[in-house]
Amino acid sequence: MSNWVEVCATDEIDEEDVIRFDHAGRTFAVYRSPDDEFFATDGLCTHEKIHLAEGLVMDDIIECPKHNGRFSYKTGEAKGAPVCVDLKTYPVKVEGGSVFIAVA
Amino acid sequence: MSHIVIIGAGECGARAAFALRERNFDGQITLVGAEEHLPYERPPLSKEALLNGLEPKLVSDAARYADAGIEVLTGRTVESIDRAGKTARLSDGQMLSYDRLLLTTGARPRPFPGLSGRNHRIRTLRTHGDAIAIRAGVQPGAHLAIIGGGFIGLELAATARKLGAKVTLVEGLPRILSRGVPAELSAVIAARHKAEGVEILCGVAIQQLSEGPDHARILTEDGRTIAADLIVVGIGAVPNVELARDAGLVIDNGIAVDAHLRTSDPDIFAAGDCCSFPLPHYGGRRVRLEAWRNAQDQGTLAAANLLGAEETVSAVPWFWSDQYDLTLQIAGIADGATQAVWRHVTEGAFILFHLDIDGRLIAASGIGPGNAVARDIRLAERMIAARLRPDPVALASPGTKLKTLLVA
Repeated sequence: MSNWVEVCATDEIDEEDVIRFDHAGRTFAVYRSPDDEFFATDGLCTHEKIHLAEGLVMDDIIECPKHNGRFSYKTGEAKGAPVCVDLKTYPVKVEGGSVFIAVA
Repeated sequence: MSHIVIIGAGECGARAAFALRERNFDGQITLVGAEEHLPYERPPLSKEALLNGLEPKLVSDAARYADAGIEVLTGRTVESIDRAGKTARLSDGQMLSYDRLLLTTGARPRPFPGLSGRNHRIRTLRTHGDAIAIRAGVQPGAHLAIIGGGFIGLELAATARKLGAKVTLVEGLPRILSRGVPAELSAVIAARHKAEGVEILCGVAIQQLSEGPDHARILTEDGRTIAADLIVVGIGAVPNVELARDAGLVIDNGIAVDAHLRTSDPDIFAAGDCCSFPLPHYGGRRVRLEAWRNAQDQGTLAAANLLGAEETVSAVPWFWSDQYDLTLQIAGIADGATQAVWRHVTEGAFILFHLDIDGRLIAASGIGPGNAVARDIRLAERMIAARLRPDPVALASPGTKLKTLLVA
């Protein structure tokens, strides 16, 4: 399943922040946690398909900008109304100063 | 405790029912609603639902209620509550015994003064049924007149333009959105509606509405007549308090509850659009909020307190409106602000931060395309909750990340 795709340089994502990454007709959200780890999830909220990368990252939570649906971006777990469907997560690795995600 | 009855099957009642289970309540839960549908989301009714004529967007599907063991009685109203006997009598004659009761009866559109009887060409928008009826009248080339420049009226105007209708919006006050929205944001919205071809008439008092077989008519105080195929009245909402009032509960611009959402009867709670409550961060002033997130937050809080948690209301008011590609978001209540700080976000997007005399942030109002202001408004909400006094210069500086002000 390992189809690694380069997202960006590590310094293109701030700590405790998120960027949008589009690849092959799909959209992802790629995160850098406050303790400097990288994570990736599907890019759209499971409630109304809003781009999560426009939302707010606090600790290990991404909050949808539209209706404040909250997910753990580390596990994809939906944290309560209005979202009840978990986010899909993707493996991430850092190599040579770049962030890669496995988009299989 | 063995049976909790929730009266009112909207966003708030549904959320409360699930929140009871999330808190491991294992007794009986009955949710009673007047409409035929399972609880659905109302925000789309003036937007996507009207545009696409879709089925209502359910808060949860039937299987989730079944899985959670929540009994939903739709198409029924509660006729009366016997507080001494702790029973509720339904319109189908059924009697429900309760240990604790939650009232999430919501609000209904404020009727136009003096308008009587059922009208076909003069309507209001609150339910899915209303949206379906309005949709039928908003055809390409049809003329829609909207009374009231509030969120419902303006969102409806935007949707009707997308559907190709001619739209005239009549507002009695000198500007649209004069309740709770700063003039700078109203001006952006008004300009956008004008650019989209909506005729907005402000400061126009209405003497009478009438309808005939082919048209509905607005007669203004200054003697103008506006004929339309359909008139939609959007002049606010009134809380559904009659059931509570008849049961002897204290009413004060809604069903009066304390900071735990408890009514004047210790076994009865109320939440959402129907209740007035003391708002923290604002000196405990009593307010009633008609907002989607408030309905969710209070449903969740009421569930905790029905089970004895004694948690207090702590959420900062927040709401949004979508019109065309513009989204407006407001956190907090700006009344009492003495200073507004303007922050440029991106092209066409800005936020006003409202500070009180002590420099404390009490509200933030933002507008822009898409979700341009969402993140910063959410941070502002956290600053308001933390009662922070952010540096106005930093707020105004686009180079300063708001998150750094939250930590400070």
